[in-house]
Amino acid sequence: MGRKGNFVEKTPSGPGRKAKKQKPPTLPDHLKEAKEPRETLGRRSQKRAAKRSAVKAGTATRKKPVKKNKAVPDESLDSEGMSDDDGERKQLFDDGDSDSMGGQSEDDEPLDDNFKGSSGDSSDDDEEELPIEKKSKQLKLKKKQEDELGEKELLMNIQQSEKYTLPSGEEIEKELLLPPDLTILKSRIKEVVGVLSDFTIKREEGRDRVEYLDQLRRDLCSYYSYNDFLMGAFMETFPLGELIDFLEANETPRPMTIRTNTLKTRRRDLAQALINRGVNLDPIGKWSKVGLVIYNSQVPVGATPEYLAGHYILQGASSFLPVMALAPQEGDKVLDMSAAPGGKTSHIAALMKNTGMLFANDANPDRAKAVVGNLHRLGVTNAVVMTYDGKVLPKMSRGYNRVLLDAPCSGTGVISKDPSAKTSKDSKDINRCSHLQKELILAAIDCADEGGYIVYSTCSVLVQENEWVVDYALKKRHVKVVDTGLEFGREGFPRFQKLVFHPSVKLCRRFYPHTHNMDGFFVAKLKKISNNIPSTAEEIEEEEPAEEKNSNDSDDDTSAKSRRMKRKKGSKANDSNNKNSNPKIKKGSDAKHEKANGVAKTGIVKKKVGNLKKKVLGKQMKGPIKQRK
Amino acid sequence: MRPLTDEETKIFFEKLTKYIGENVRLLIDRPDGAYCFRLHRDRVFYISEKLLKHAVSIDRDNLVSIGTCFGKFTKTRKFRLHITALDYLAPYAQYKIWLKPTAEQQFVYGNHIMKSGLGRISESTAKYQGVVVYNMADIPLGFGVAAKATSECRHAEPMAIVCFHQADVGEYIRAEDTLVG
Repeated sequence: MGRKGNFVEKTPSGPGRKAKKQKPPTLPDHLKEAKEPRETLGRRSQKRAAKRSAVKAGTATRKKPVKKNKAVPDESLDSEGMSDDDGERKQLFDDGDSDSMGGQSEDDEPLDDNFKGSSGDSSDDDEEELPIEKKSKQLKLKKKQEDELGEKELLMNIQQSEKYTLPSGEEIEKELLLPPDLTILKSRIKEVVGVLSDFTIKREEGRDRVEYLDQLRRDLCSYYSYNDFLMGAFMETFPLGELIDFLEANETPRPMTIRTNTLKTRRRDLAQALINRGVNLDPIGKWSKVGLVIYNSQVPVGATPEYLAGHYILQGASSFLPVMALAPQEGDKVLDMSAAPGGKTSHIAALMKNTGMLFANDANPDRAKAVVGNLHRLGVTNAVVMTYDGKVLPKMSRGYNRVLLDAPCSGTGVISKDPSAKTSKDSKDINRCSHLQKELILAAIDCADEGGYIVYSTCSVLVQENEWVVDYALKKRHVKVVDTGLEFGREGFPRFQKLVFHPSVKLCRRFYPHTHNMDGFFVAKLKKISNNIPSTAEEIEEEEPAEEKNSNDSDDDTSAKSRRMKRKKGSKANDSNNKNSNPKIKKGSDAKHEKANGVAKTGIVKKKVGNLKKKVLGKQMKGPIKQRK
Repeated sequence: MRPLTDEETKIFFEKLTKYIGENVRLLIDRPDGAYCFRLHRDRVFYISEKLLKHAVSIDRDNLVSIGTCFGKFTKTRKFRLHITALDYLAPYAQYKIWLKPTAEQQFVYGNHIMKSGLGRISESTAKYQGVVVYNMADIPLGFGVAAKATSECRHAEPMAIVCFHQADVGEYIRAEDTLVG
């Protein structure tokens, strides 16, 4: 190939072999592209013109509105250049009239061929309607009918959705065999929730609420992959609207948060240092001065030099709350009964500024090592780490000012961290957890000093592990529930299905992932009034703290008294579920009984403090009985 | 938990003196109360006497750690200083080394320090002197032993080791199990 290559092919001519090669094909006339536009109007254009005049006269009926580019195809039919073909095609698409190529308007590909062919056809029939136009009219009629049908169906559908029908037993069985279809499930969940929210109106005849609830539970279980027991428990705990939010929130992780270690640095400085490393963070909120939430980061947050130097610790936002409720003061003697991995313990130490004494216990020695590691890294110097079973702790040492029990639980509040909890938790597990928690909370109360505070917290949302345990403690020990001091959070449930708890349980706080954007949590703060153990499970006798000195004297008497009182009263509802031990009600009747039994002792008579908030400190009640309300 | 015997005390204080010199005294007589060292399962713990009183009641098997662990005695009765003692050594350190940002990672992974990573070194550091290692933001990263005296460091090649690694903060993640156990 040279620079001046000549690429024009010369057709060989002459007597040689090459001249005998097949020549390029010659097209018949009717397929050839016309070189000049015809001057006269073609048949179709004539027809159109005729129709237009008819319309003007008012005789013709128009089926569809006329589009703008009607002017285009007047000549385009005849001028069969490519650009005009486009215009024709556009016209075909825009104008659904019989003027256009009717049936062919829906096809893209064969358009060109038919275009030429039909123009040939059109040249045949002049007076009659083109067969294509006939076809298009028929199609239009069909479409109209379909539209009307659709509208009717729409109306019917609206009516139908007002009465949603539950699938019958057979359908349910069929569905169980097939793999679950998520879209169907989701729509059915929505429908059933809608029905249940407005049950009297939207219900189907002959179906009762239980069937709807069962169906909902089945759907939710298969959609979110929970086991039946846990879903049932959640359905009892949450109202329906919240239930869906809660389940959705469990699917996504909560934001990563860290706590500044105030023993070594300040939040401002730490935030600056981390931002310099490329971490995107924000203060966690008004409620905490040490928390930071991390949106994203270029470096691993758990391995920065600041982390290694002990300036912060990775901790969930909900874990700040029990320590804030505990509010340890400088110089306190504090016990953390279930300390691993040490986040809350180090928080306590930071609040105490390394003064006082901090005892961290964890039953599992391997996890206790993690506590040690964290405490050393964060520079905590006043801590002792032990591995005892929490239940035997009261025998070891007593007299703590504050006790924190972050009890081992089923973990139903942290499902987003550990999805295996969805299917692995059974009623047996929950009962076991609940039993252990009840034992531990009693041990915690026994470890505490009189007038000391106990904070009980779990990362669970189930009532059996939360309010029930607190109520159990109220019955078994001389404690009362006090305000946690946390500004936000839902109140605890004073009643749950058939169980009725002590009304002060309302002071406990519940936290949910869907409302507070932190792990599900429960915090309760108890104050120990005295070391006395109430004599029976039925009544709680509360006494003033001043009477503790004389309590030993009157103990025997009062126990005898109380026994007599019980016999006199007869058996009160011995149901263990009767937790309605409102002291106000009892106090009046008991005092009367006391008088009736000639109990008026010179000396101390056990009184019930009617109003929990009022306390008379340092008074010895001698002499006539005073009724206090 | 028992107090250190005389021999153990001698070995332990010798080791400490290598890093903080005579300030060892300051560790014991503190303005906010008397502190002492106790031995538990071959590890030396540093606690206030107040805490000690309450901690003696805990069983030997159930006690894991008290106060701060400084290090442990090996089987051959030599004392090995752990990173957990850093908080107490750093303020009293007599000889310090500052690392460049690039060399921080290397040291924290457990490697020795080379001349190329050396930012600053305190004056008149003797050879084989115990040093505390900092980063440029004055955050203590660990301790080591100077491989060369300050004067020698000036003339050393970039690849020469100037400080032997003894303990670093990365051990909190790498060697969490063996810190106390």
